[in-house]
Amino acid sequence: MTLRQITDHAGEWLRGVGPQSDTVISSRVRLARNLAGYPFVARASARQHHEVLDRCRAEVMGGRLGEGVLWVDLRESTPLDRQLLVERHLISRQHAGAGGALPRAVAIGADETFAIMVNEEDHLRIQSLRSGMQLDEAFNHVNRIDDLLEDRMEFAFSKRFGYLTACPTNVGTGIRVSVMMHLPALKLTGEIEKVRRAARDMHLAIRGLFGEGSEAMGDLYQVSNQTTLGKPEQEILSEFKHTVVPQIIAYEQQARRALLKQRQAQVDDKVWRAWATLTHAHVIDTEEVLAMLSHLRMGVNMGRIDTVDITTINELFLLAQPAHLQKLIGAEMDPTTRREARAKLIRQRLGQR
Amino acid sequence: MAGLKRKCDQCDKPATHHSVEIVKGQKIEKHLCEEHAIQEGLAIKAVQTPINKLLTNFVKQQSLPSPQPEWVCDQCGMTFTEFREHSLLGCPECYRAFEEPLAPLLERAHEGETQHLGKVPHRVGEGEQRQQHLLRMRKRLEEAVACEDYELAARLRDDIQRLEGQGQVR
Repeated sequence: MTLRQITDHAGEWLRGVGPQSDTVISSRVRLARNLAGYPFVARASARQHHEVLDRCRAEVMGGRLGEGVLWVDLRESTPLDRQLLVERHLISRQHAGAGGALPRAVAIGADETFAIMVNEEDHLRIQSLRSGMQLDEAFNHVNRIDDLLEDRMEFAFSKRFGYLTACPTNVGTGIRVSVMMHLPALKLTGEIEKVRRAARDMHLAIRGLFGEGSEAMGDLYQVSNQTTLGKPEQEILSEFKHTVVPQIIAYEQQARRALLKQRQAQVDDKVWRAWATLTHAHVIDTEEVLAMLSHLRMGVNMGRIDTVDITTINELFLLAQPAHLQKLIGAEMDPTTRREARAKLIRQRLGQR
Repeated sequence: MAGLKRKCDQCDKPATHHSVEIVKGQKIEKHLCEEHAIQEGLAIKAVQTPINKLLTNFVKQQSLPSPQPEWVCDQCGMTFTEFREHSLLGCPECYRAFEEPLAPLLERAHEGETQHLGKVPHRVGEGEQRQQHLLRMRKRLEEAVACEDYELAARLRDDIQRLEGQGQVR
């Protein structure tokens, strides 16, 4: 598999299927691990960076994690390729950029259901991504990968603190459970602030589309755990499955019902204006596209519009982003040209000229 | 108002210390300058420390469990102050080296917990000591390479490999 092949369709997590997929876009679980006997990435020597990278490559690419795993050496890749991987949530923004010449890589599973970042903040960040509400599947996948790697590599571990990570906020299980949710009605009614407050009280983080510090573009929110020490993996998963996610879903549904009851004309106006904009704009930027797609997605899920299906909308969430757009068109473009190309691509995908 | 700037009872300097005592029904007022107040035991000779410095010292004492000696990880050389600046630890051994100052941070980050519960690697056991030993040997290897002692480096590499071999469960 090559990077080129993954560009023209949405990744696994945006397929728009899976349980509760009208509110839950995707489920993600990641484990942070460090090789025993080495300093953490930020303090390791260049030689040690290379050694860790080589050892991880040998294990990850040795065939035990399945066929067709793609290894991307991020020092050798172009900024555009790295941006593409960020847009697909296969690497973090930190892994794409900051390190510069730091020897680092990502291994991507054939169907993009898993990605392993090497030499990010920790030696290994193993993640699995699934569309819809599939936390168990995502966890079982990373757990299996962790077991396989652990047969051949020793991870830094202490009985008291568990898996040792560079940042003490990840120590213990090293697990980050994260659910991406589409919450347009909570945003429209302003109730999202209550969700934020409740989440904070439950020691959960709510972030935007691209994690830390990113805005909630397209009304997409990532809800994730903060506590990693003193709580077993299954307990964290169970909280998400049985309390956190169902509650937020119920809240969003309640807001949608209230909107329909009290503001039906305004809802329809938003949905159809979004449709009108997307099918007729000739110049449009990413942020506006995501905002319009969000309203459209809400309209489809609320049965207010049937001119488009969810899969197409989900795909556009991704393809409208700068790196995907340029990869798809096959040329690097400045922002002005991109806005025109983006508008054209969207008109075409929505069946207009 | 003549009394606005009252002079010291004992000299011509302005009075800065005032006291009123009632002794056996008699009211005794005292107005003294700094110097005479100290002599009379009304004031103590203060070290001339600016208030902002006093505050800084106070804050330091409050926020750092104990300012000295500085905690240092002897494995990777990281100091606790450095960690506070970047919030990233240097190596696995830092958790042991900074166990004391780290505890309140961990409690805050993890809902009061400081003991791991959850997955345990299947090769854990005698592991911790060996992990520490490995870290130490890798540090010596780095040093050997740095000063171009390749003979030592080769020997260390063999030792590391042997030690790692012991960690294999299967």
